[in-house]
Amino acid sequence: MARAISPQKKWTFTILAWIVALIIFFPILWTFLTAFKTEGDAILFPPAFLPPHWTLENFFEVQTRSNYFKHFFNSVVISVGSTLIGLVIAVPAAWSMAFAPTKRTKDILMWMLSTKMMPAVGVLVPIFLIFKNLGLLDTLGGLTGILMLINLPIMVWMLYTYFREIPIDILEASRMDGAVLWKEIVYILLPMAIPGIASTLLLNVILAWNEAFWTLNLSAANAAPLTAFIASYSSPEGLFWAKLSAASTLAIAPILILGWFSQKQLVRGMTFGAVK
Amino acid sequence: MAATVNTRKLARTMLMPAVIILFIWMIVPLLLTIWYSFQNYNLINPVNAGFAGWSNYKYFLTDPAFFQAFANTLILTLSVLAITVIGGILLGLLLDQFIYGQGIVRILVISPFFIMPTVAALVWKNMLMNPNYGIFAWIATRLGFAPVAWLETFPLLSIILIVAWQWLPFATLILLTALQSLDEEQKEAAGMDGANFASLFVYITLPHLARAITVVILIETIFLLSVFAEILVTTSGGPGYASTNIAYLIYHQALLDYDVGGASAGGVVAVILANIVAIFLVRLVGKNLDA
Amino acid sequence: MKLNRHLAGFASLVAIAAAGPALAETTLTIATVNNGDMVRMQTMTDDFTKANPDIKLQWVTLEENQLRQKVTTDIATKGGQYDVLTIGTYEVPIWSKNGWLVPLDNLGADYDVDDLLPAIRSGLSTDGKLYAAPFYGESSYVMYRKDLMEKAGLTMPDAPTWDFIRQAADKMTDRANGINGVCLRGKAGWGENMAFLTAMSNSFGARWFDEKWQPQFDQPEWKNTLQFYVDLMKADGPAGASSNGFNENLTLFQQGKCGMWIDATVAGSFVTDPKASTVADKVGFALAPDTGLGKRGNWLWAWSLAIPAGSAKVEAAEKFVGWATSKHYTELVAAKEGWANVPPGTRTSLYKNADYLKAAPFAQMTIDSINSADPTKPTVKPVPYTGVQFVAIPEFQGLGDTVGQIFSAALAGQTSVDDALKQAQDVSTRTMTKAGYIK
Repeated sequence: MARAISPQKKWTFTILAWIVALIIFFPILWTFLTAFKTEGDAILFPPAFLPPHWTLENFFEVQTRSNYFKHFFNSVVISVGSTLIGLVIAVPAAWSMAFAPTKRTKDILMWMLSTKMMPAVGVLVPIFLIFKNLGLLDTLGGLTGILMLINLPIMVWMLYTYFREIPIDILEASRMDGAVLWKEIVYILLPMAIPGIASTLLLNVILAWNEAFWTLNLSAANAAPLTAFIASYSSPEGLFWAKLSAASTLAIAPILILGWFSQKQLVRGMTFGAVK
Repeated sequence: MAATVNTRKLARTMLMPAVIILFIWMIVPLLLTIWYSFQNYNLINPVNAGFAGWSNYKYFLTDPAFFQAFANTLILTLSVLAITVIGGILLGLLLDQFIYGQGIVRILVISPFFIMPTVAALVWKNMLMNPNYGIFAWIATRLGFAPVAWLETFPLLSIILIVAWQWLPFATLILLTALQSLDEEQKEAAGMDGANFASLFVYITLPHLARAITVVILIETIFLLSVFAEILVTTSGGPGYASTNIAYLIYHQALLDYDVGGASAGGVVAVILANIVAIFLVRLVGKNLDA
Repeated sequence: MKLNRHLAGFASLVAIAAAGPALAETTLTIATVNNGDMVRMQTMTDDFTKANPDIKLQWVTLEENQLRQKVTTDIATKGGQYDVLTIGTYEVPIWSKNGWLVPLDNLGADYDVDDLLPAIRSGLSTDGKLYAAPFYGESSYVMYRKDLMEKAGLTMPDAPTWDFIRQAADKMTDRANGINGVCLRGKAGWGENMAFLTAMSNSFGARWFDEKWQPQFDQPEWKNTLQFYVDLMKADGPAGASSNGFNENLTLFQQGKCGMWIDATVAGSFVTDPKASTVADKVGFALAPDTGLGKRGNWLWAWSLAIPAGSAKVEAAEKFVGWATSKHYTELVAAKEGWANVPPGTRTSLYKNADYLKAAPFAQMTIDSINSADPTKPTVKPVPYTGVQFVAIPEFQGLGDTVGQIFSAALAGQTSVDDALKQAQDVSTRTMTKAGYIK
């Protein structure tokens, strides 16, 4: 970059960017702060920005009422599990669409995406009955499977767009050198595809973690993830904002932290072919 | 493409698992839904059962809420798309500048994307939009206005705001990545020719962003057409039908009426509508992504 | 899918590991609402598991609507995920007729089923058999601020009329100080605004359906009800009333922003609790209002525990239900948390207990309200249905919700009262025709 940027401009942009960022982040910050307030302080008006009496009471109460760690464990298993299984199926499919495209490739891709357009509520009862008959209700296996299915189209699409940007010449050059296919995949394609795969993995863990319809309706006690944990705090009798905030903080913190630490990896592969 | 016959065969084999699994995932629920849509099947009234003919469709399509729900679905989807795309471009341009603490700013901006929709809706409804204790009410009184009962006065707009807040980070990320890939030299060259910011933006930046915008529209539409948790938590589709969309209407039939037949008919209608949208999207994507 | 089975196997391994080595034990999965009394029950269970070491309890606590959806879907499809269900007086008659519930005639020798309040017991019985055991029961009444009433120069009678309520509300309203004369439910839902409005309409002589299941929203009684409600709320209600349910109003009242509040009797213990309420020592109680037609606008509800038919763990579930709804449980809560916190409204003996009457200033008004509600004859004119604030037919929750939305739009000022009633009439006619009531 050759152009020098005046300090004045730097500061203008900095201040502007920080204001916008803080506005966007405010609801989350507010949730965190409210989690440390007493119920009475949580509904003070005019609102108290910082908790007047810092307390951990809400977190203790939430933990005595429901087993956070069990829900957390379930969320981890189903979101990571569904993503890993999904990758095993999606990587080969995306590979074949990217490197051996046919006239139908685009249609297949769009068809895959269109399977996501069926409104979930419309098929709840049929799926519930299928789950019941297969004994999958309230099992981690069942939830893992369904999350894998609903996210598979996004995974294929994301990987496909990433793979397509890998220059085909390199693969062909290696093929000329007599590399067998599995070597081609392991030594050439994979290293180049890792950023795309990593970012697909992250995005789908996030989507699966936050999925709240199927996970809530197909689980009861054993497999209930954090979405069900939240549903037990959403509107009880009496004041509940502080407890709700504490529960929300516990439910979103893991994925938020994961997102913060991995945002570079997440962004790198999440172009969906947007960048040529 | 110099793929050999062998690689082609292999490619097909590798594609098959995904295709077969998704095909089953599509066709089984779809067939069951079509089947149920012609049945009288109410979960809590097992007495009234049997073949229903077209009556479930008739009732769904003539539902007094149907047209408003249809319109609301479109308004919601298009508004959120507009807000996130325009907001995303502006934010992208801003974040593309030199900023002190850029890493942190970026983290703050993308954070809403990681929040569960139910949590987001609960927080907005209770702690921000509540007309008695919410932050917005406080801001309004500070500015000398009467507090607004957001969910009562502007139900659909409130939901649009919540959903847009959730999706803005996604649009920003994609658009920012695209902006950053814009050739610096290209910009400089244009700058030397005396192009100002506006023409630089219109003639260089925007065309460059076309693909990214398409992608944002495509991915978001898929999710926006079926927005539902946010409505359930905040307004339950009301007051009246003011914030009911198609997905919520079907939810009402499925889990409040427990009318599996009616909900299935609604599901089939929604699939048809979604596919019409999909055809438009395919055209759009086909045009922009192939080029 | 093999992998699924592995994962399921893995999950059950974890569950077994967590449960310890006692493999003979029965695990009961209990689905319940996240209301205060049920949350308290979860902290009391040591007493039960000590007496029944072979039974392990597992809770699914959810917000009311979520719970209802999951439990209904499960029982209607025989999913068998729950062993004990928390349901209300609306579900019990319908579900027991569908054969979905186990009759409860084995609740233990000292259960004393005749001690249950007659109105509650009859609401939970079908053909003389009890199908759900009441955990707590409620009616509705007027809660008011004695200090504001005095300031307005009025005295609340024990049995006020709607006209008096309006007059008092007008006088108490003080917008400058953030005081609303009356807070009423406006949030759409058959268990929210429609519970209130249906009970209110009974006192105005209205009914949902005539003897031939023809909807009655085109009749003057409904017009009077809705017009009175909308006018009252416009003049004296809080901002954003159309999104206020029980909980929102509770908060408003506790924060001293309401002069009167007509709602569930269980709210009595919340508004008089000095820890949560800023007006705890200033609250008075009165029966729900009437218009002199012979019916008052109060409802009847009981959150109850039931056992799904086809459950393999009926015996253990009966033990639990018997424990949770027994006199012994009441005493347990009284000993640990004080008499004011025991689950109210289920047993006659509680209202003869001097300790309870002393600790709960709302007790007498609660029992009077419950006794004055009659689910079998809820309306002035004859009706083909039972239920005070609901119509005990399967179609009611969907229909009640839709009508609730329409009425909440009228409250929000988005439709006129006349339009709202016309829409309600149309949508009810549609629903009842589709369901085959209107031939």
